[in-house]
Amino acid sequence: MAKNISVTIKFWKQNGPKEKGHFDTHELKNIPDDTSFLEALDIMNEELISEGKEPFVFDHDCREGICGMCSLYINGTPHGKTERGATTCQLYMRKFKDGETITVEPWRSAGFPVIKDCMVDRNAFDKIMQAGGYTTVRTGQAQDANAILIPKDDADEAMDCASCIGCGACVAACKNGSAMLFVSSKVSQLALLPQGKAEAARRAKAMVAKMDELGFGNCTNTRACEAVCPKCETISNIARLNREFISAKLAD
Amino acid sequence: MSLTGIALILFLLFHASMNVVALISAEGYNMICGFLGANWYAVAATVGLAGLVVLHFIFAFWLTFQNWKARGTDRYAVTSKPKKVEWASQNMLVLGIIVILGMGLHLYNFWAKMMLVELVPCTGNHELATNGVYWIAETFSCPCYTVIYLVWLAALWMHLNHGLWSSMQTLGWSGKVWFNRWRAISCIVSTIIILMFAAVAVAYCFGYRPCDFNDVVNVANACHAGGLC
Ligand code: SF4
Ligand code: FES
Repeated sequence: MAKNISVTIKFWKQNGPKEKGHFDTHELKNIPDDTSFLEALDIMNEELISEGKEPFVFDHDCREGICGMCSLYINGTPHGKTERGATTCQLYMRKFKDGETITVEPWRSAGFPVIKDCMVDRNAFDKIMQAGGYTTVRTGQAQDANAILIPKDDADEAMDCASCIGCGACVAACKNGSAMLFVSSKVSQLALLPQGKAEAARRAKAMVAKMDELGFGNCTNTRACEAVCPKCETISNIARLNREFISAKLAD
Repeated sequence: MSLTGIALILFLLFHASMNVVALISAEGYNMICGFLGANWYAVAATVGLAGLVVLHFIFAFWLTFQNWKARGTDRYAVTSKPKKVEWASQNMLVLGIIVILGMGLHLYNFWAKMMLVELVPCTGNHELATNGVYWIAETFSCPCYTVIYLVWLAALWMHLNHGLWSSMQTLGWSGKVWFNRWRAISCIVSTIIILMFAAVAVAYCFGYRPCDFNDVVNVANACHAGGLC
């Protein structure tokens, strides 16, 4: 049975990328612990508005862990201490203790400038995808399932890579602000399949060049990214990207 | 970083195996020191090695600077380290600086009294320049040096333990299967290297000497006293 808890939310307020930010606090009283964390923030915003204060801005969309819009660095962890493989929108108040102070911060990385409060600009990921995260051939109608035979393991792995939702938690957790887990997952989801293999070298080079140009850091294999990834992407994708990239450069 | 790192690990493996000879035979060890004295190939290898260290160092600072910039200006107020993230992996620069400082001491204790003396005669005792075991005994008979070397070796172990598998990952020779293999290989290789180095330091500190030690060192001292050699 749900019980009610009271918590203090310490949340980051910032008016824009160049502005100086600060923390504000708000006490949330008697919240049922089966409330989702984002619903709790909605309740907080209603209370802030009724007090004549500005609401707290944060990203969200599907609220079912598939779109990658929700972000938030909660108590020192991207997406909070959710179950393994879950996003902020899948975090529930039962994960917190009665009386706890919950610190909410934005993704902090040069690649993700703050738009307002905890809403950050993740367009950089779209730009990386535009640089090469596609196949250039006309794919036409959906093919017959057996037209191109693909080993089950490859299909499964490509699917695992494709499950990256582009949330950016990997960048947020990385002390180098590196986007390698995201880029490698997106390179792998195509490179593992015969349709994507043909352009694998061009894709790897273009996406890595764009990632560097946008100011993301270098991977030093700390594994912080895979520890927080809500879709359980692993750094073996990064090794695959490195492999694709090095062989593409050697072939030039 | 990965290529220079792997080359340096190979050098360390060679150096550590060479050191172990000092536990078995003083004469054998000194013979190796003789080969690696002021011969052209040893000097060329030393210059190459110094180049590798400098390159590794420059890359490290350049990467750290780029990564620091990529992190942005604001830092998190609250952080928590996930269990699978090793401390060493996030502090390779700090560990590297400790390793470099230790290397400075090591060069002062050994290289400056051996190869440097052979190359520039007036910088020290020429008769003892190829007497490696003498300098090992001299250095590690002081317990302070032994402790400093052990701390240095601990930092080196952490650096290598992360560095080796990380290099393979960066070079793309990793994956779901090889990732765990490389982690195990890194741990084994770095442990073997460090144990070989530490064994010599600790054994000499506690007074162990190979059976021909006195002959080799006395000959050198006699030569020195008589102005022979
Ligand atoms: S790799 Fe994981 S953490 Fe990074 S963007 Fe994709 S889903 Fe998010
Ligand atoms: S809001 Fe869509 S994943 Fe969380």
